[in-house]
Amino acid sequence: MSYECVIGLEVHAQLNTRTKAFCGCAVEFGKEPNSLTCPVCLGLPGSLPVLNQTAFEYAVKVALALGCQVQKNTKFDRKNYFYPDLPKNYQISQYDLPLSLKGSLEIESADKMKKIGITRVHLEEDAGKLIHLDDASLVDYNRAGTPLLEIVSEPDISSPLEAYDYLTVLKAILQYLGVSDCDMEKGTLRCDANISLRKTGVKTLGAKVELKNMNSFKAVKDALEYEIGRQTDLLSENKGIIQETRLWDAKKLATFSMRTKEEASDYRYFPEPDLPLFTIEDSLIEKIKGSLPELPREKSARFVKEYGLTEREVKLVIQDKDLADYFEACCKLYPKAKIINNWLIGAVSAEMNSRKLEIATLRLSAASLIELIKLVEDGSVSNLVAKDVLKEMLDSGKPAVSIIKEKGLAQISDTSQLEKIAGDVIKENGRSVQDFLAGKENALMFLVGQVMRKSGGKANPKVVQEILRGRLKNV
Amino acid sequence: MAISKDTVKYVAHLARIRLKPEELDVFSVQLEEILKYMEKLNEAEVSHIPPTSHILSLKNVFRADQVRPSLDVDAVLENAPKKKDRQFSVPKVIA
Repeated sequence: MSYECVIGLEVHAQLNTRTKAFCGCAVEFGKEPNSLTCPVCLGLPGSLPVLNQTAFEYAVKVALALGCQVQKNTKFDRKNYFYPDLPKNYQISQYDLPLSLKGSLEIESADKMKKIGITRVHLEEDAGKLIHLDDASLVDYNRAGTPLLEIVSEPDISSPLEAYDYLTVLKAILQYLGVSDCDMEKGTLRCDANISLRKTGVKTLGAKVELKNMNSFKAVKDALEYEIGRQTDLLSENKGIIQETRLWDAKKLATFSMRTKEEASDYRYFPEPDLPLFTIEDSLIEKIKGSLPELPREKSARFVKEYGLTEREVKLVIQDKDLADYFEACCKLYPKAKIINNWLIGAVSAEMNSRKLEIATLRLSAASLIELIKLVEDGSVSNLVAKDVLKEMLDSGKPAVSIIKEKGLAQISDTSQLEKIAGDVIKENGRSVQDFLAGKENALMFLVGQVMRKSGGKANPKVVQEILRGRLKNV
Repeated sequence: MAISKDTVKYVAHLARIRLKPEELDVFSVQLEEILKYMEKLNEAEVSHIPPTSHILSLKNVFRADQVRPSLDVDAVLENAPKKKDRQFSVPKVIA
């Protein structure tokens, strides 16, 4: 029996406004607990929330970028529940008149573009942060009231990989718009997933399980994969799926039932009387539409056209707006886009990952990277050594030329030196020589590798190959 | 509309109120009376009135995204029954 999965994602993105959604407290991470609070975000009696105009416009911006229908009239509602991270015992959210409905986002799935529907995008406020001790919980309300965008997808996602791609595309769009920092580790972007399984071909939906507590895109993918396995096992043993919320445990790589009392949520939504209605005029929509930056899809199309690369080649660079800008800055200095792109998605991305830095904080100017690339292209330094030079540039901040000079890393293209090493290698590797003479091309690459090794990576591989071929002809 | 004791229990739970058994009886009768009184509203002719969430004609009241001073942490915690490490201390809760 085969099953197919139906996945919907609910993303919460903190907006990076200067102040909170309904009061003038600063939005800042890592400040002294409760130092960014006031009567409004503490829910003290007699306080009056007033909506942050920038947060509202950011929300409209995102809605438009996701092709949503921005509603003419929108209101806020109180979502009532008791939990100490919520000082008012209700969250200001949006219920039946959200800011926008019915958008979509495109992901690449099995080499085709697939549209994932967006049910709604609405604005609400974040809750405070709890720290659980052995005998008490401590509450810090600095985060309470931070503007939060809720972006709900339709159950159009049909694999964990598609869920991952959806999140990647959504994050890129939010970053291009400059409205959110989208850092899952810091919690400025959070994602819950709904998943159900059904027999292939069946139209009705199976029992839905909600997954929470994933703190990276990969964790979302892993949790969904785990859940498909768990539910498939249950279904093939003819056991039912319990509709419940499960938490992902990143250490055990498994989901666990939250085991709360069996009771449907009853939030008793009602209109927030402290906030009047909001009307979104066409003029505001036009103004915001006019201010939308080039979005990932458009940038990708332009890169393909302007730089002669394929969509696949530019995919990684496009995902990171700063990296895409950096790519263009490099291309202005040196017109070989493909080589630059390879550097960025290869060695430079590897350094960003291992150092946990962004392109902006890596301290590598486009000019100094191009200087290094030029040295590789004109044969002054080998590709292999260049990667070490890059590391050294990042460590010391010195330019490529001086590092190569100081450490004697210049590529050896001088044939007399290389002839000698090649001769030694041929002597020492009789077996590979025989293999090559018997027609095995791979054996030659092995011999080239040996020469590279003996030269400390400095030999020019092209020249080495020519020398070896020449010598082996005469064996 | 009859209000059962179960309904009163449920509403009390949502409001995190503990009720004694005799209170359940009292409140189910009282709530029933209150709701019966409210049902009078159903007699009003409202077919020509659009659903209204706010009675004021105010619209689009915004605040500029400008930082204003927050409260002093000592003042924030002043009325807290329990505090620890500059934070509110509450009975342990895990969702």
